[in-house]
Amino acid sequence: MSNEKSCCCSASSCCSTKSITPYDKNDKWVTVEIYTPKGSVPVVSTNLHFKDIFGAWKVRWGIGRMNYKISPGLYAVGKPDHTSPVLVSANYKLTFDVLRKELSGLDCWILILDTKGINVWCAAGKGTFGTYELVNRISKTGLSEIVSHRKLVLPQLGAPGVSAHEVTKQTGFSVVYGPVRAKDIKAFLDSDFKATEEMRTVKFTMWDRLVLTPIELVAAAKFSLVVFGILFLLNLFAARPFGLADFIAYTGAVITGTIITPLLLPVIPGKAFAWKGWLMGLIWTFGFIWYSGWFAPESLLLAIGYLLVLPSFSAYLAMNFTGSSTYTSFSGVIKEMKIAVPLIAISLIVGIVLLLINSIWV
Amino acid sequence: MKHRYLKNVATLRLSAEKCIGCGRCAEVCPHGVFSVSEKKAQIKDKDRCMECGACAKNCPANAITVDSGVGCAAAVIMGWLTGSEPSCDCSSGEKCC
Repeated sequence: MSNEKSCCCSASSCCSTKSITPYDKNDKWVTVEIYTPKGSVPVVSTNLHFKDIFGAWKVRWGIGRMNYKISPGLYAVGKPDHTSPVLVSANYKLTFDVLRKELSGLDCWILILDTKGINVWCAAGKGTFGTYELVNRISKTGLSEIVSHRKLVLPQLGAPGVSAHEVTKQTGFSVVYGPVRAKDIKAFLDSDFKATEEMRTVKFTMWDRLVLTPIELVAAAKFSLVVFGILFLLNLFAARPFGLADFIAYTGAVITGTIITPLLLPVIPGKAFAWKGWLMGLIWTFGFIWYSGWFAPESLLLAIGYLLVLPSFSAYLAMNFTGSSTYTSFSGVIKEMKIAVPLIAISLIVGIVLLLINSIWV
Repeated sequence: MKHRYLKNVATLRLSAEKCIGCGRCAEVCPHGVFSVSEKKAQIKDKDRCMECGACAKNCPANAITVDSGVGCAAAVIMGWLTGSEPSCDCSSGEKCC
């Protein structure tokens, strides 16, 4: 790894010393540089440091998420030469870290596209992980003079943005789609670029869903600050001020929509996300109202108000999770929303009116 | 447990006439929607299609069409309210798919 003379050509004079990929010299994940006919390329570590792991945790919570990126360009792992495979990926640092930690012991090139710091799949959907950027990046890095073969390994989830035959037509490089998950890359390379059906299939495990929930919770929390602000003002002249019980009821509905429903997704009956969220929200709200004794005649207005507001809010939050899911079609989401959004809106409005009447006049 | 979403909504279409049987669609599909036999691709399970558009984009014979929209629910609602196309604009928004 530390051998800086691991040059592609024996005579040092043929190697250009200009740097193909700019990087921050303070970045711990770059270990050394490797020299190629087109210039030097940073060699990256396959170990994650505390800073990488902490960085991943931060973006999961939405901190600096839109600016967590590395320079696009060519990187090296191990001691690649002109015959080594080229893996293509996105310049979201989280994506890059997930990839490089699976490459220990390998000698390969990583071509990083400029996806504006977005992961491969989302960027492919938007087209930034796309044919145009790939073709451009191949020519900018001088890849065809660094490797002698003409094969690129793309992540399978990059396929919505890249037209493989178009890339071949424009650059001469053929495209092989690798596995969906980075952890399968070694097996894929070992089996002569063959991916099994299991490697080709996207999953959505409970863990996959769990890591996506903080960002949903953070977004809901920001909105909730506005709600709390309004309730605070209402409390100044309310006959029945909103208190701790109301806070718990509301927070429970938020957690139901943003965390519980995504986690239990496949076991909740039904298919539409809004329905699943509503059902879970109803169970929560009903349970909490019953526990608080709000079904008593004197607080029935409050109970009905919350039964209209809270499950609908959970339904809305759960419906938003379709954007994070890995299996919902856009046509399906539109169909679901055309039914769910009007119902949610009516239920919310009627419920809020009842709660206001209960709070201010009763 | 397998995830299933709404039935009979996917806009995926495959023209058997144009298909040259290269198998690229089966390679890129993240949900195993296609199978290839006797030099022709077939749609095995259309209800599993999530309309990502990978197959259509990579079909060298233009035999596949699918409407592949992107956008989270919040973006769709904004689109309805403002009369514009929903977009999941990750670069400017805080929240995104």
